[in-house]
Amino acid sequence: MYKYDEIDQQIVDERVAQYRDQVRRYLAGELSEDEFRPLRLQNGLYIQRHAPMLRIAVPYGMLSSKQLRKLGDIAQKYDRSYGHFSTRQNLQLNWPKLEDTPDILAELATVQMHAIQTSGNCIRNITTDQFVGIAPDEVIDPRAMAEIIRQWSTFHPEFALLPRKFKIAVSGTKQDRAIVQAHDIGLEFYTDNNNNVAVKVWVGGGLGRTPILGSVIREHLDWQHALTYCEAIIRVYNLHGRRDNMYKARIKILTKALGINEFRNQVEAEWTHLKDGPNTITEAELARVAKHFDPMPYENLSAHDASFDAAIASNPAFAAWVKRCVHVHKQPGYRAVTLSLKPHGQAPGDITSEQMWAVADLADEFSFGELRSSHEQNLILADVKLADLYKLWEKARAQGLATPNIGLLTDIICCPGGDFCSLANAKSIPIAQAIQMQFDDLDYLHDIGDIELNISGCMNACGHHHVGHIGILGVDKDGSEWYQVSIGGKQGNDASLGSVIGRAFSAEEMPGVIQKLIEVYIQQRTPEERFIDTVRRIGAPPFKAHVYAKNEVAA
Amino acid sequence: MSNLVKIENGVAALANDDWTLVKLPEAQTEERIQAGKVVLFKLTGESTITEEQIANTVIPATGKIIVPLSVFVERNAELESRIANGEVGVWLATHELLEYLIQQQADLNVLPIIAVFVERFADGRIFSIGTLLRTRYGFKNELRAFGDVLRDQLFFLKRSGFTSFMVRQDRSAQEAIASLNDFSKPYQGAVDEPQPVFKRYNRGV
Repeated sequence: MYKYDEIDQQIVDERVAQYRDQVRRYLAGELSEDEFRPLRLQNGLYIQRHAPMLRIAVPYGMLSSKQLRKLGDIAQKYDRSYGHFSTRQNLQLNWPKLEDTPDILAELATVQMHAIQTSGNCIRNITTDQFVGIAPDEVIDPRAMAEIIRQWSTFHPEFALLPRKFKIAVSGTKQDRAIVQAHDIGLEFYTDNNNNVAVKVWVGGGLGRTPILGSVIREHLDWQHALTYCEAIIRVYNLHGRRDNMYKARIKILTKALGINEFRNQVEAEWTHLKDGPNTITEAELARVAKHFDPMPYENLSAHDASFDAAIASNPAFAAWVKRCVHVHKQPGYRAVTLSLKPHGQAPGDITSEQMWAVADLADEFSFGELRSSHEQNLILADVKLADLYKLWEKARAQGLATPNIGLLTDIICCPGGDFCSLANAKSIPIAQAIQMQFDDLDYLHDIGDIELNISGCMNACGHHHVGHIGILGVDKDGSEWYQVSIGGKQGNDASLGSVIGRAFSAEEMPGVIQKLIEVYIQQRTPEERFIDTVRRIGAPPFKAHVYAKNEVAA
Repeated sequence: MSNLVKIENGVAALANDDWTLVKLPEAQTEERIQAGKVVLFKLTGESTITEEQIANTVIPATGKIIVPLSVFVERNAELESRIANGEVGVWLATHELLEYLIQQQADLNVLPIIAVFVERFADGRIFSIGTLLRTRYGFKNELRAFGDVLRDQLFFLKRSGFTSFMVRQDRSAQEAIASLNDFSKPYQGAVDEPQPVFKRYNRGV
């Protein structure tokens, strides 16, 4: 993964000094609450219900074992010995003290980490597919470009105070796993007809209050121009995006208001001035950064391993885990492994300090000392030998990290919700826990098969509920918490937004509602169909009819 | 005492302000309703400044003045000789369009100063406006930020081509100077240093 040179290190060190002074001025009364807000937000610090929340950047989800160990130490020293992985692949601490945050940042800087631009109206953490670099269907490893974009966007002076937050995702696979269409800018890397690396540029996607899938603003862009083209897009947005209403301030509203064609014309006009300018990426810079992402020193292994096959045959629990948590790898004899942060009955994405240290050890022992976080809020060891899987499974299981539920109903994407977040209308974690307990039977879960259930505690949609096969949104009705259910959302190349099935439900009703949705699916599915396929084939009415049936009888 | 910070020959220091800022009289209509609604403003062609305001603006008879963009355009004939003498600068708000200025005054370097008014700290349009004035329209003279200008914008303003900063009256301009050097080797090319870090330094291979 990318390692800092002196220039990178100096920037994070100077940031610590700058932020320390901002906190000092705030505590000394030299900065008002309102003036401090944009400053602290651009350093990932929210003021929440109980305490501040600090969001630490994990650029495009890559972590070293050393970094994770440090995160475990920080969570223990400054928080309650746990952290929470978010849907932007970042790590959140829920209980730090404001006064401690400069020291936390100083500690992070010692392991080449920071919290720069993890919140606020600026360019946020660049995200990508968690199987980047190892997926068999990958055409381009986009990490070098993600790093180049990270550096370019860090303290970009022109885009320091945008109308609203700005999220960029990159992907380099045929099957999109980075939800590029749900981002302000999505950069899809591919190889063009001349065998050159090119970018398909998506713009104006986003979830939140007004969910919109992005439009293609440019089918073909040479990679050298990725930064200048982004500058053109963001300049048009910075100048013309609405600033009078924060709910109408995302770029998606501007692209809809102008229409994609007019927006494209403005961007292209701007770009004629920027094209081939100084921020054009050079071959040398790409090569320098790409070297950090060279393939691991893999051993030449056979595609099969007898001990692995024997373990699968003799141990059903191991076999179940392999089926859900082990993924294909482009190198023969290697696999990627997802460590589930979704044990039933616990907050999705949460991880204790002890688990962080344990995962760091596992990464050192089995996966070249590196790991990734995913937007589904799990951790991935990307380069594990087939022959090591059984040993890894035993160790992960001892830490509660081997729930064989990846991609299943209980692998719930969930925001922190009303338990922590001051924006939330309703709690989300207890709903996730209740659903996990309702579906605690693993055989049943495996029978239901691939399904994505996403929960957000408010319309800001941090839990990506719009693109869940089942989406749950917490809403406030006259001061009490209710839950709106949608079905038919999907991430990926054929992304779609779910539609709401009807009136909202109370928290107690929710496990039963999900149960009923699943019953319809089980009844109606053809042998090969996943839940989402059945919804797309038969539409929402049969689901609605069954879920609301009791009410009709009562009436 | 002036709260003006000025960068001259690469050195930032407190400076005396020898310009008089000319303001528009208060509008009859509630202007805030329009403020910031740039999309609507552009799509509907509505102006936030009335003819009446422009006509009623009091322009001092002598001295160096910075006039509102609308006054500069609409009452340009009155100012002609003073413009030729280098006594007139222009200021604009962040929702105003640079095209409007360029249509009136193709060669901006006739103006010794352009000032940009930022109403709220969080309004980052000022950075794009500065960048465009420098890179697109070739403006070389003093570029000033005023309004809700606080020390934590200064680094970004400097990088966006601003050379003077009227720090908000209730804050120390002297202390704000330090923040101009918050970062020594920024990553990306911008107005003050067009080359990105990978072209300025040998970062190895």
